[in-house]
Amino acid sequence: MIPLSYYLALSAVLFSMGALGVLIKRNALIIFMSIELMLNAANLAFVALSRHFNILDGQIFVFFVIAVAAAEVAVGLALIVAIFRSKQTIDVDQLNSLKG
Amino acid sequence: MMLSETTSGLFFNLVPWIIFFPVIGLLVNLLFGARMGEKAVGSVASVASGLAFVVSVLLGYSLWASHGEAQVVPFAEWIKIGTLDIPWNFRVDTLSVTMMLVVSGVGTLIHVYAIGYMHEDVRFKKDKKRFPRFFVFMNLFIAMMMILVSGDSYLMLFVGWEGVGLCSFLLIGFWYDMDTLGRPSWANSNAAKKAFITNRIGDLGFILAAMTMFWYFGSLQFGEVFVQAEQIAAAQPVVVIAITLFMLIGVAGKSAQIPLYVWLPDAMAGPTPVSALIHAATMVTAGVYLVARSAPLYVTVHGAQYIVAMVGAVTALFAATIAVGQYDIKKVLAYSTISQLGFMVAAVGMGAFVAGMFHLVTHAFFKALLFLSAGSVILGLERGHHRAAHHGGHADHHEEVFDPGDMRNMGGLRKQMPVTFWLYMVGTLALAGIFPFAGFWSKDEILLDASKHYPAVYWLLTAAAFLTAFYMGRQVWMVFFGKPRHAAAAHAEESGKLITVPLMVLAGLSILGGVLNLPFKGFHNFAHWLEYTLGHVEVLGFDLVVAGVSTLLALAAIGLSWLLYMRNPLRAGQEDPLKKVLGPLFTAMERKWFVDEGYWAVFVDRYVDIARFLADVIDWRFWHDWFHDKVIAGTYNFLSRKVLDLRVDQGGIDAIANGLGELTKQASVSLRRLQNGFVRSYALAVLFGVVAILGYLLLK
Amino acid sequence: MDLSLILFMILAAVAVLTAVGLLSSRNAIYAALFLVLNFATVAVFYLLLGAPFIAMVQVTVYAGAIMVLFLFVIMLLGAEKLPKGKVLPWQRPLAITLAAILVVEGGILLFQRLSLAATIPNPGAEVNSVKALQDLGNQLFSQYLLPFEVTSIVLLVAMIGVILLTKLEKGETQG
Repeated sequence: MIPLSYYLALSAVLFSMGALGVLIKRNALIIFMSIELMLNAANLAFVALSRHFNILDGQIFVFFVIAVAAAEVAVGLALIVAIFRSKQTIDVDQLNSLKG
Repeated sequence: MMLSETTSGLFFNLVPWIIFFPVIGLLVNLLFGARMGEKAVGSVASVASGLAFVVSVLLGYSLWASHGEAQVVPFAEWIKIGTLDIPWNFRVDTLSVTMMLVVSGVGTLIHVYAIGYMHEDVRFKKDKKRFPRFFVFMNLFIAMMMILVSGDSYLMLFVGWEGVGLCSFLLIGFWYDMDTLGRPSWANSNAAKKAFITNRIGDLGFILAAMTMFWYFGSLQFGEVFVQAEQIAAAQPVVVIAITLFMLIGVAGKSAQIPLYVWLPDAMAGPTPVSALIHAATMVTAGVYLVARSAPLYVTVHGAQYIVAMVGAVTALFAATIAVGQYDIKKVLAYSTISQLGFMVAAVGMGAFVAGMFHLVTHAFFKALLFLSAGSVILGLERGHHRAAHHGGHADHHEEVFDPGDMRNMGGLRKQMPVTFWLYMVGTLALAGIFPFAGFWSKDEILLDASKHYPAVYWLLTAAAFLTAFYMGRQVWMVFFGKPRHAAAAHAEESGKLITVPLMVLAGLSILGGVLNLPFKGFHNFAHWLEYTLGHVEVLGFDLVVAGVSTLLALAAIGLSWLLYMRNPLRAGQEDPLKKVLGPLFTAMERKWFVDEGYWAVFVDRYVDIARFLADVIDWRFWHDWFHDKVIAGTYNFLSRKVLDLRVDQGGIDAIANGLGELTKQASVSLRRLQNGFVRSYALAVLFGVVAILGYLLLK
Repeated sequence: MDLSLILFMILAAVAVLTAVGLLSSRNAIYAALFLVLNFATVAVFYLLLGAPFIAMVQVTVYAGAIMVLFLFVIMLLGAEKLPKGKVLPWQRPLAITLAAILVVEGGILLFQRLSLAATIPNPGAEVNSVKALQDLGNQLFSQYLLPFEVTSIVLLVAMIGVILLTKLEKGETQG
């Protein structure tokens, strides 16, 4: 018998940690991984609430999120590879040519 | 003005045409004169004047047919302010018609003469384009003079008075950029100015008289004023004396009496027809007409009458003395005119209005004749000068300064110009007052009247008559007799018909003019004629004593002049014999008794000093240099440069404008630091936004 | 004390710790491995929540495919370690602060504003039945058919995109 709010709290904590990771880390790949962490936290919230309301829609939605996340990771990594090819680095601090 | 209105046989309603005809003439010449030929221009002007004469004759006839009853012909409403009501009415009575006939008659003859004269003069002065202008001004003069004599109120008279003064100015200064010899100079325009300014002083007198009259009589119309004359003269004689003496100032200005006569000799700068018409026959007689017209006022104040008569008499003698010492043929005639005007003014002053008007008419005839003949002489000398210079081939070239009017250059002209000579003789004898020429009768009547009532005047006038005969004789001997004293005189030519024919008409009038008013019972036509207007006139018969004395004196004077000038005719370069006899007295007469010099020293130079002071000190140094430049311009410059430009514009407004720009720049510089190109900081901004919104929603 | 609650606590601690590990690793490989562990923990959570299918999908796709892809790329690029960072020193503390505030806000929202008294019951045997799976499949292919198809297109596009993005231009060489 675990209260719903615990699950949601956990989801919130994981989400913040993912956000923190996006902000702090300079390695593009780690940033990407933090994004996946955030998506994961959201999925957890979805499933918990789906169980709470006793419907399957949450789970289906998680299914879709995971599929799209997979596609997104593929494209994102391809981008990172392409950037690495031109800049020889994946340090996002080096990608500052939009400096105003 | 329609012919149908004259079925009654009377032509009074034609009277506006005496003004309209000359005005139409002047407009035609003004607008089209440059395109018409000289003959056309002259003909238009002469016909205009001639038609005015025809109308005058018709008016005269109408008056005669209605037994001299005066007619007032209303024309238009003119001034109506409060109690002042002056309509533009024409007065057709015997006095005004007399003037109309003289002005238009003599005027037309002079217009015809002027065609020939000006034809030669514009060629001597080398400006043919000015020909039409002359006739425009001449017609304007006729129109103005007609307004003067035909008005029914003093104000209308004054309009004409001023108008003829203007025309006098325009015509004296006709050759405004030259002097009488044709050299570029201010001389002619100065003479015109002198005439206008001196006349203006006279006009001031006239205006004062008119204002006084309006104040006390309540009207300026002749009828209304004269009715009240006796009553007001009895109650407040000072008023009438004031009016009459103010009018005398006007008369002194217009009719060249002491002290305002000084313009008339200078006015000889104008072409000779101008001298004849304006300064001999018509304009200068306006003053005499004024006094005659104001007879009802003058007869009520004997003191004023005495003053007028004395002014006239003294002027007559004074001017005659100056005429004796003049060398210019026209100047002699000018001073003679002043002297004869003195006779006329004395006559009307004494109350002898008929005598004065009679002399006015005869003087118009023979003075115009004399002036026009003098013009013929001058032209003859000019022609002679040209001929001599062309085939003489000696030192006197065209460049020599030659004065064709100087009598010392003349001599023996009766052989060269016989027609002019005989005509001049007629004029001279008439002026000298030799029986039976016109001048004898008219001058005699004045002397007779003076001898009866004003003895002092009589002696003055008699002396003047003596001198008149003397200087005319002197002139005739010097000009026509003896031997020519200059090549120009030797080669002088007679003038053409256009010049001599009008002179012949005038000569005829000078001979026969006396008939107008012979002092014998049954022949006092003129007196009767004027009686209709003037009321009762004293008609004097023929006095053998007076007539005899004056004739003897005239003959004696001519004899004296023959003694001095003809027994040993003057040679070229010789001094005037009278100088030996009179010495310094002659110099004074020659120099016009230094009156002009006196006026300059006392009035004109002082005026120039005041004007200089006002101009240089007050206007330039004070007003312009200090007030305008320092105060106004300086303050303005200070305000504009130091205050508005520096402080307000650059300091304030520019500061604000630039400041705003700076502010924007600084703001943008600061904000630009947000765009550091680092993804992490952009992500931070996003998270910040999320946290903020969430916090806001929670705290709500 | 509920067994499930204890289990939950332990698993939650593991999840959080692995997340911390992800954040604090210098080495990208370690970070990836930590993330794999995290995903596995979350899969267990899914089991606890009565969603066995999703748990399996999570392990298979997420931990099995995605993370392996990650590891491939890390090793391909040789990007295990990065040199020390030099810019934006202020950003770290600020970010940590903001994340903390976010957590606090989440906590306030959950425990103060929304009074959620509900509890999740432990999953029974029925979640493991074919029926549950059938229901899931039915709903997936009827109600959610359109998103399903669209997702397949997304995957297709992703594939094409990847190929295009990593295509070598003429004359370019690898690396």
